[in-house]
Amino acid sequence: MRVVVPAGILERMRRHGEETYPHECCGFMLGSAEDGMQQIVEIRSQPNERTESRENRFLITPDQFKAAESAARKAGLQLVGIYHSHPDSPARPSEYDRDHAWPWFSYIIVSVKGGKADEANAWQLKDDRSGFEALKLEKGD
Amino acid sequence: MMTKVRVEIPTALRAFAGNQDTVELAGETVGELLRELAAAYPQMKKHVFDDQGKLRNFVNVYVNDDDIKHLDKELTRVGAKDVISIIPSVAGGALTQQQIQRYSRHLIMPEVAMEGQQKLRHARVLVVGAGGLGSPVLSYLAAAGVGTLGIVDFDTVDFTNLQRQIIYSTGDVGRPKLEAAADRIRAMNPDVRVETHEDRLTSENALSILKNYDVVVDGTDNYPTRYLVNDACVMLGIPNVYGSIFRFDGQASVFCQEDGPCYRCVYPEPPPPGLVPSCAEGGVLGVLPGIIGTIQATEAVKIILGKGTTLAGRLLILDAMKMHFRELKLKKDPSCPVCGEHPTITELIDYEQFCGIRGEEMEARDLGKEWEISPRALQEKIRAGDDLVILDVRNPEEAQISRIQGSILIPLGELPERVAELNTADQMVVHCRMGGRSAKAVEFLRSVGFKKVKNLVGGINAWAEEVDKTMARY
Repeated sequence: MRVVVPAGILERMRRHGEETYPHECCGFMLGSAEDGMQQIVEIRSQPNERTESRENRFLITPDQFKAAESAARKAGLQLVGIYHSHPDSPARPSEYDRDHAWPWFSYIIVSVKGGKADEANAWQLKDDRSGFEALKLEKGD
Repeated sequence: MMTKVRVEIPTALRAFAGNQDTVELAGETVGELLRELAAAYPQMKKHVFDDQGKLRNFVNVYVNDDDIKHLDKELTRVGAKDVISIIPSVAGGALTQQQIQRYSRHLIMPEVAMEGQQKLRHARVLVVGAGGLGSPVLSYLAAAGVGTLGIVDFDTVDFTNLQRQIIYSTGDVGRPKLEAAADRIRAMNPDVRVETHEDRLTSENALSILKNYDVVVDGTDNYPTRYLVNDACVMLGIPNVYGSIFRFDGQASVFCQEDGPCYRCVYPEPPPPGLVPSCAEGGVLGVLPGIIGTIQATEAVKIILGKGTTLAGRLLILDAMKMHFRELKLKKDPSCPVCGEHPTITELIDYEQFCGIRGEEMEARDLGKEWEISPRALQEKIRAGDDLVILDVRNPEEAQISRIQGSILIPLGELPERVAELNTADQMVVHCRMGGRSAKAVEFLRSVGFKKVKNLVGGINAWAEEVDKTMARY
């Protein structure tokens, strides 16, 4: 599967990761989904609701989730995924990510090294929860 | 016929429900509905429930606008008018690169791996006593990445500690042990949170301190605290990793783990006071706590990981002189006063009294002033040329460290059979290291007719401190 993200939106995710460094940033990705492709149209950054360990943990609460779903509905979009940053850590899902992941969503992880956004990768949980599949991250306009 | 209830499916799970956003299912409680859902759409099951069949912690279920966590959880009753929705919370995050490297030798082992390392990180271990056993226990648990280490101790670091208490350095002498140990642990591994309890563990504070921990490691050097730790662990249901050391001999076990025995099942009564010498009285080989303490640390890690077979129900006995390990099978005693079928000890008791220690103090005080002499007063008598016998009741090894000139040596244990070597007519001053054994000697001599004997208060260490500063203290 591939995820198409407009360059400006990818840049905003990267900047969000730099702003919250050394803590993790997080947010929703809204867009449309069809067979084999997700198109990201909009992102909604979220405060990291963790009260401790924010340098390597993020949390989005059910209330934030409900609000994002209704915002997506109003805009005629779908909630298709989540982005977050890994400060000083690779742009690969951790075991903790796998343990807490939802299927179907795409996950974009931005690595932020020493306060500077580095590579970004897209992932999707396998249906049997055994791991993540790397998605093709395409820059759109 | 059972009423049908509407269940809203979140986008992330719709693909498993034929892309429907709502399904109708039969059930009277939320739990029943969720199990119906999993039965109807088997692929959804592993995303909603964990391997134990419990709701995953990031799956939130709402009845209308209320989270079932605030209602009756999975037993929340539902009717035809209710709408059930599954709302995700989203969590994630990384182990930092540095942490991955630090724990890499754990992460590549199937018995630990990422899951086990997270268990260690979330574990809370209390170490009672930061001494010979506590040193290796704290060092290895900190290095292993145990997230929270509690330490109970109220002592300061002393030169006599350094031969075995390897968490301290020479420069730490005089510092509170808690402060020095916490510094060392933080330097070893900044991931570890250290919680210090600068207190003697007592019947009043034990439950409130211990209850916040998953595992207790007993590194105490005395019977009252050992029984106190045991009883508190039984009452709170916390595994108690036990170790003890003396000279070349060591023991280790795990008590109060699941259905295993407790310390009292094995040792219902403490030994009579004074019968079993402490390490301070009898000495201990410096590396011995290193062996026993690392066994305790190993057991604590296994308990946290939930892997392997612990020493629960077994007492491991080490004779380091022969380097011989032996194992005794231990059984839970159904009549044990704390963990048995009809416990008679249901709250913490007075452990000093239970171990007869307060009684001993009373006797020592009963000796009375007329049976005591201070180091200065003894010095005066020697200067004045009084006719005086100085009786040393320590062991010969101790007499090689320090000796008051002209003293005669009869170890306390040999005194009854060698009492004929002494003359009741002589003025006599008896001493040991600190004054405890010599008090017993004076009492014995009094009982067999000696009237002119006195106990040197504070022993030869006080003499070295007050009279002869060139003499070694130990």
